[in-house]
Amino acid sequence: MTKEEALYEYLIRLGDNALVLGQRLGEWCGQAHQLESDIAMTNVALDLVGQARMLLTEAGEVEGKGRSEDDLAFHRNEFEFRNNLLVEMANGDFGQTITRQFFFDCFYFHFLQALKASKSEFLQSFALKSIKEVTYHRELSTDFMIRLGDGTDESHKKMQDAVNLLWEYTGELFEMTEADEILMAEGLVPDLNEIKVLWEKDVMAVLEKATLTVPDTKGYMATGSRKGHHSEYLGYILAEMQYLPRMMPDAKW
Amino acid sequence: MAVKTKTEHVYDLLEEVKDPEIPVLSIRDLGILRNVSVADDGIVSVIITPTYSGCPAMDTIEQDIKKTLTEAGFEIKVTTKISPAWTTDWMTEEGREKLEEYGIAPPAESTADKASLLGKPKVVRCPRCKSEDTSLISQFGSTACKALYRCDDCLETFDYFKCI
Repeated sequence: MTKEEALYEYLIRLGDNALVLGQRLGEWCGQAHQLESDIAMTNVALDLVGQARMLLTEAGEVEGKGRSEDDLAFHRNEFEFRNNLLVEMANGDFGQTITRQFFFDCFYFHFLQALKASKSEFLQSFALKSIKEVTYHRELSTDFMIRLGDGTDESHKKMQDAVNLLWEYTGELFEMTEADEILMAEGLVPDLNEIKVLWEKDVMAVLEKATLTVPDTKGYMATGSRKGHHSEYLGYILAEMQYLPRMMPDAKW
Repeated sequence: MAVKTKTEHVYDLLEEVKDPEIPVLSIRDLGILRNVSVADDGIVSVIITPTYSGCPAMDTIEQDIKKTLTEAGFEIKVTTKISPAWTTDWMTEEGREKLEEYGIAPPAESTADKASLLGKPKVVRCPRCKSEDTSLISQFGSTACKALYRCDDCLETFDYFKCI
């Protein structure tokens, strides 16, 4: 694997996470329990889709085959996507969406903090820009975790169910491949093992405040996305997201 | 009488390019316009930066810049740069005043302020009755750059331009 191939893989991994989670959050548009939450979900979606645009544009340039952000977003199939399984999980109820967001935001926040030290000019600029947005996302999901987890019996139960359901998809956020090794050696990307330590500390402290506990999965964690193996959900997300550009490939907007 | 340089002329023209979401603010007031330069061959190069990554106004702003300058007879190139990342500190004093008059509370303090660094709650003044007795309703408002506040004196809700 060349350095360019590693960088391409890394960029679509980040870009696909932002794109797929942005798409998922966009599903809340007009659906949330109150206007403020509806607007918050779609605002976070907007930030993420904006980030995805930058990442996929850069990925296309690194790849050097003339593919644009739209080509990468709308004309790849499931097995070519490298987003984590966590972000493609169903929205479920609001508690499930918030829990998914909270696990991801904590990861993304610490990841971007570390990425600020990247020797890649693009990755560094990207991190400095995005961390400002993700700081707000993390604040929102953290507040809701505590408010709902330590809330009524009903809200507590829903949050605990969500943690139980999603926990096994968190391990994969920190998996490293050959691409990581190559880029780490060049000082371009952080060591995800170090991010994991920060993530666990952060997550455990909030879960404790939220009176929630982590399920015992006996060490089991779901895996697959680094190789393009996804859950059934991704196909449905892409079907909806890619329908129009595939139906009318020459359409311009 | 001093003759304006081509660059100054371009800056003057760009005063007319407003943020489509906040039409009282020019892109210069907002700090979105980062640089203007004129090359030897006469091509004007304009550099802009987005407030937020997904700001949907950027495409419109780019088109407005092109339209304004092309109509004035310039040949131009617009480049979007994300580094250094936009910060509310770049908003001009005039921009802050216009924002408050328009009914949006301007960013409360510099992001370099100690209170901001220490995460202390900021004082946001109601743009209508100027009361400082206000509370946060939601960190996310009608656009990516704004939060939603309520004035506890006049009881009106209002937008607050977030510090980033």
